[in-house]
Amino acid sequence: MEWRHKDLLGLAELTKEEIELILDTASSFKEVSTREIKKVPALRGKSVVNLFYEPSTRTRVSFEIAAKRLSCDVINIIADTSSVRKGESLVDTGKNLEALKIDIIVLRHNSSGAAHLLARNVGVSVINAGDGWHEHPTQALLDIFTLKEKFGKIEGLNVTIVGDIAHSRVARSNIWGLTKLGAKVCVCAPKSLLPIEIERLGVEVFNDLDEALRDTDCVNVLRMQLERDEKTIFPSSLDYFKQYGITMERLKKLKRNILIMHPGPLNRGVEISSEVADGENSVILEQVTNGIAVRMAVLYLVTQARETIKNEAHH
Amino acid sequence: MREKAKIMDKDSIRRVLMRIAHEILEKNKGTYNLCLMGIRTRGVYLAQRLVEEIKKIENKSVPVGILDITLYRDDLTLIAPHPVVHKTEIDFDINDKNIVLVDDVLYTGRTVRAALDAIIDFGRPKTIQLAVLVDRGHRELPIRADYVGKNIPTSSTETIEVRVEEVDGKDEVIIVDKNIS
Repeated sequence: MEWRHKDLLGLAELTKEEIELILDTASSFKEVSTREIKKVPALRGKSVVNLFYEPSTRTRVSFEIAAKRLSCDVINIIADTSSVRKGESLVDTGKNLEALKIDIIVLRHNSSGAAHLLARNVGVSVINAGDGWHEHPTQALLDIFTLKEKFGKIEGLNVTIVGDIAHSRVARSNIWGLTKLGAKVCVCAPKSLLPIEIERLGVEVFNDLDEALRDTDCVNVLRMQLERDEKTIFPSSLDYFKQYGITMERLKKLKRNILIMHPGPLNRGVEISSEVADGENSVILEQVTNGIAVRMAVLYLVTQARETIKNEAHH
Repeated sequence: MREKAKIMDKDSIRRVLMRIAHEILEKNKGTYNLCLMGIRTRGVYLAQRLVEEIKKIENKSVPVGILDITLYRDDLTLIAPHPVVHKTEIDFDINDKNIVLVDDVLYTGRTVRAALDAIIDFGRPKTIQLAVLVDRGHRELPIRADYVGKNIPTSSTETIEVRVEEVDGKDEVIIVDKNIS
């Protein structure tokens, strides 16, 4: 199995084997972060630009650390403070970065499809770090990596995603990735936060949380995006917590312990109680650690593929 | 590709490893602070066998680590298909230890160069020594082995294939000619 894509745009277009290659590579990279010298020379001399059109701390920092542990140079561009404010288009920005001889663009953008658009127009590698409501592949990969570490395999697992499915790229990428690897995925949310025809992605839909959790191995709790004006779709965060918040009382009703995941940042007391978030079945911080290994694997694989394509064109 | 000659069989490999185990113990005056480090893939199994031989002689276990040097190679962009990155597993402190690096074939020396860089990222050993089953010449770097199973001079169209039971189903060393099909 060899990785042949210069970009990582989403999990929808990947095969099961390609996803497994990323996970296996990530598991080899995980050890690097436990060393005294947390750095390998694999991508020495390569430059990575984190191009972020939306605020993000954890994803950007995670990519930055991953790149630095591979000996890349990293440049951060936050759209607010760049020539984007002067009206430069995404493709023009990309072409200028290419002219500066950088190797990889990690793109976070508020429009769905932005990473695909950029990747078609530049020769450098593009890694999607979240595009609108569409995909956030590295988040899903680190979720799946964490599940695989905990359960040994993905096939046959029951995973429930709870929260604002409609606006969640994390949910979509997880659904595509998990179903390809043979997990059963359920989604649970109030109707106003579920996109129509979500079942067509191969998931089971629940409106009642207790019912959704009954047979699940893991619950992936999405963040309520309070910065959006959710009042129009849900009365208040207190109401949401009552009906959809993950609490100890709710978990105690279940027959077995289930794994608790959350992509962060947490809204304590909105989608999850502190007791659960800090409890012994929570792997929320392990997800953060695993994010580094997964992103190192992706940076490494796309670079290799691009070099291969370049060499083949040469001969 | 054609197999030209079998250079070593199961018994000769066993005898050679037994001799190298004795040489390692002689040079390091026993097993104190000694550890072995196998280079993936076949070096790992040779290192494990050396550990067994050492145990037979001294009745002491020495720690053995596994080194994957993929991330330290200088030719990553040139080789196809790309090797899959495997785990490096070193679960002991290497500071002030005498490390014997173990590989199947010593050729250009570039793998050993990468392995030296990888080891040094884990700490500062007292010494690093090199044991190889076969030295086939054609060095491109100033590197030599401390323990050599067999010197096999080769031409550049020939390659040496070391096969070990754990990976290939049998123990043998073969010369292969790349030019003859």
